[in-house]
Amino acid sequence: MIVYLLKRLAVLLASVAAAGVAVFAFMAVLPGDPAEIALGVNATPEAVAELRARFGTDRPPVTQFLDWFGGLAHGDFGTSYVTSSPIGPQIADRLGVTVVLVLGGMVVALLVAVPAGTFAAVHHRDPLGAAISAASQVGIAIPAFLAGILLVFVFAVKAQALPSGGYVPIADDPAEWLRSLLLPWLSLGLVQGAVLTRYVRSAVLDVMREDYLRTARAKGRGRMGALWRHGLRNASIPVVTVLGLQLATLLIGAVVVERVFVIPGLGDLLLNGVAGRDLLLVQGVVMVLVAAVLLINFVVDVCYAVLDPRLRGAR
Amino acid sequence: MSGRRLNLGLVTGGALVGVVVAAALVSFVWTPHDPTLVDAAGKLREPGGGYLLGADKFGRDTLSQLMVGARTTLYVGVVAVGIAAVVGTPLGVAAGMAPRSRGWLSELIMRVNDLVFAFPALLLAVMLGAVYGAGTLTAMIAIGVATVPAFARVARAATMQVMVTDYVLAARAAGRRGPAIAMRHVLPNIGSLLIVQASVSFAIAILAEAALSFLGFGTRPPTPSWGRMLQESQELLFSTPRLALWPGLAIALAVLGFNLLGDGLRDHLDPKLRSARGQEEPC
Repeated sequence: MIVYLLKRLAVLLASVAAAGVAVFAFMAVLPGDPAEIALGVNATPEAVAELRARFGTDRPPVTQFLDWFGGLAHGDFGTSYVTSSPIGPQIADRLGVTVVLVLGGMVVALLVAVPAGTFAAVHHRDPLGAAISAASQVGIAIPAFLAGILLVFVFAVKAQALPSGGYVPIADDPAEWLRSLLLPWLSLGLVQGAVLTRYVRSAVLDVMREDYLRTARAKGRGRMGALWRHGLRNASIPVVTVLGLQLATLLIGAVVVERVFVIPGLGDLLLNGVAGRDLLLVQGVVMVLVAAVLLINFVVDVCYAVLDPRLRGAR
Repeated sequence: MSGRRLNLGLVTGGALVGVVVAAALVSFVWTPHDPTLVDAAGKLREPGGGYLLGADKFGRDTLSQLMVGARTTLYVGVVAVGIAAVVGTPLGVAAGMAPRSRGWLSELIMRVNDLVFAFPALLLAVMLGAVYGAGTLTAMIAIGVATVPAFARVARAATMQVMVTDYVLAARAAGRRGPAIAMRHVLPNIGSLLIVQASVSFAIAILAEAALSFLGFGTRPPTPSWGRMLQESQELLFSTPRLALWPGLAIALAVLGFNLLGDGLRDHLDPKLRSARGQEEPC
């Protein structure tokens, strides 16, 4: 297990480094000279050279990369060429909001998918089970931002029960904070819940066909009792994999949902960075998101190995 | 599931996709009105009288915009899935066919694949947009590149299954070389899986395109796109919710159609391979 963990960890670190090279090469080397862009076409060569020295972009790309990437390790994302403010603290501020958004969405997805998927599997011969399968198929076809707009229409426009957008920090007013996040959580969670329902259903269906479950039933356990006692761990293996993939999806979905609900998270920061042509900021946020996706994949692989020891041999 | 119900999915999916394709094709020769015509007098015109679904805040006909939007959606989807298939399939086949002595090749391809997989379409599109300016082209490339790993994975897994069959062994014994085996034996046998993957990827591409247009990283105005129609309708949700309803419905039905078509085709073409489909996510 330790060997497996170390191997996976090495792959994770190598992937993050490779992703760093890719992001840096794309964002910092290709688009031209930030000093020239900042000063405009009428700048004197001396002024450009001076600014270049201040930005550090007069150094060789490899040095720049090592400086930038080394800085990331202790939270230094550099200083914006556009706003001249440090990028790290901005990202740290926004990251918390996005993480809360994503985790809340995940909780909603699980609350929907586990009961619905199990029910659909247990009742897979009934019209009711088929109805749940059909509903999840429709849910998959609705993107999170569309779900957000629909939810705003129902709960903000019609029922006027919840705000249509905006964000209140938890320190200011916990109740309002909760109200401001409820619809975003639902928009992310319901859609992912629909996707997850299908996997929970097929995982539970597979487990229900296993001999050990039949044995448990034969020994007098009820259907749900047998599932609970013998099926849960086995059914959770494929579900955990999908859950991990979905966490990455939710992270990206959050970028769009933040725009729908005007929530100041990482996605909002990213899009503002693009609008303001703040390439170093975009570079930093993209790196954080990609590293998060890689980290999630790592955690999934490890969970996988914990849940199913047979898989530890596989790479 | 019974065979009859699966066919129902295939037929429903095919019909939905057919409607979208028909709307897009018809829009080349005819739309009820010019979809980009700004008409101040017809601002927020109610449905009826030649404007079947009404008009938006600029007086543009909603139905005409939806039809041309279908064209945009399909255009982006075809190019993006095309990029993914053309790049991903050979990589996957090469990785799947690589003999053990060249295991590094397979390893390298799949590692790069995993790395690209960590860059979702949205992030690629935002990066491309930040550097080159956003548009249809950057959206198509971003979605296409992000979809490459899905094709490579499916192609590799299927190729590995084909490589251990007797007919491939026979072909190798007869002295056929790798490329010949790939063309003659591998591709025809993994074709149906790739078609299924294309259909599923198409659904994901539609979702990605809608999200990108919604954020302003997709097709640029005035060319209509469903995602931007939604984005423009959001501020009018309180007064004119139907403006959000139609593009939203169009996106959901198109995605549903391609998903059902993919599922139906999978069961129809090769019931044995039901679980071999690639895993990806919508934006």
